[in-house]
Amino acid sequence: MPPKVILLQHTQEVSTPVEHVQHSQEGPMSGSRDVATVTQARLETTASRLRELVAHLRHQRAQLREEWARLITEAKLLTAMTKEELFAEATSVYDNYVEALETGTYEALQAYARNLSERIIPRGVETHEVVGIVLLLRDVLARSLFATYHEDFNKLNRILDAYEPAANRIAATVAVGFVQERERIIREQQEAIRELSTPVLQVRERLLILPIIGVIDPQRARQLTEQLLRGIRTNRAKVVVLDITGVPYIDSPVANHLVQTVEAARLLGATVIVTGLSPEIAQTLVNIGVDLGKMNTVGDLQGGIEEAERLLGYKVVLMQEPVAHPA
Amino acid sequence: MQVPILKQGAYLIATVQSALTDEDLKQLRDTLVLQVSKVRARGVIVDVTALDVIDSFATRTLRDVAYMIRLRGAETVIVGIQPEVAFSMVKLGLTLEGVATSLDLEEGLAYLDRKGRNHDQEVRAHR
Repeated sequence: MPPKVILLQHTQEVSTPVEHVQHSQEGPMSGSRDVATVTQARLETTASRLRELVAHLRHQRAQLREEWARLITEAKLLTAMTKEELFAEATSVYDNYVEALETGTYEALQAYARNLSERIIPRGVETHEVVGIVLLLRDVLARSLFATYHEDFNKLNRILDAYEPAANRIAATVAVGFVQERERIIREQQEAIRELSTPVLQVRERLLILPIIGVIDPQRARQLTEQLLRGIRTNRAKVVVLDITGVPYIDSPVANHLVQTVEAARLLGATVIVTGLSPEIAQTLVNIGVDLGKMNTVGDLQGGIEEAERLLGYKVVLMQEPVAHPA
Repeated sequence: MQVPILKQGAYLIATVQSALTDEDLKQLRDTLVLQVSKVRARGVIVDVTALDVIDSFATRTLRDVAYMIRLRGAETVIVGIQPEVAFSMVKLGLTLEGVATSLDLEEGLAYLDRKGRNHDQEVRAHR
């Protein structure tokens, strides 16, 4: 895979700037060519050092990649993946890594890191594993540089000057990409849980019920209000039964919010019946001094629905004795 | 901008078309209170569906309208308050206490019909 020129350049311990320029002109990227022409006067530029570095890494690709994969297995990282998958992933990470070093742009690597995270997060890969493998790769490559340039200490220093900032930046990019992807997934799941947690159900024409389970935090309270008011509008509801049997406690901001929601619902022409207030919640409401005249409360959900039916003018009549086993 | 007031059977219907200044609101109040006896209306509907904001002055004026019209022997119902508007009103402590509210025009008419029927029944019971 590596072209002959690079190989040649590589075997020479000290490469002259002229060679670098030639190499850059042969290279496919116009960006680094510009850099080379601008800084032609200078002896060793960061760009040319990086170019040499990239050439070295390309040349040693097979060997370094093997070494890296071995270290990953040894360190027991990415155990959720099979050996083949690990090797395939290692290859593409390696290539993306080298490419990021070469071009100095991190967008492609970032996209790859996000894509990789998307694939491995559902399989239970942890943050420390991802950070671990990138750091391992950094070390493997640094070791190979030591091995190659150990005779010329100055050159090694210069190469490391170019390599280290780029390598650290890459490690940070990959780690941040992974963490961001995880956070995105967590946010999505929170959103999904929230959506599920406040269902608005129509039980009869013009009668909605909102069963609420679990603690109501301010954000959920806001969402609840929104869903309730919108539900009234779209279902043209006259009565809403808000059942809070499943709510262990509420604090006073949330209690106030509930009272405000009840009032807002009235402005839309609907009556809210609150059911299932626990003794603790009843105490909170009394302590904060809620005007109970505004709150229409009934003991349990069944009572609430019966009251709602009465308000709507329904009358439920038992037609016959219930049959134990329907035929 | 003036609010058009239509007569529909025994009811007056005022449909707010766009944002109202305080002057517009006062004029609406005066016209409604004047008209309600003139046409012998039994009910008044103020439709505020088009309003994105209902501030404290608007709330007070609407409440005044309702109270004054009750004194003139008719019922008032405010219809079409948007969900977002309703919640921001409540946040500001503007709850239109003692004023009937309905989802929309249709509901408002149904409300007034019901009120009227109850009234008729009471009158008949007294005879």
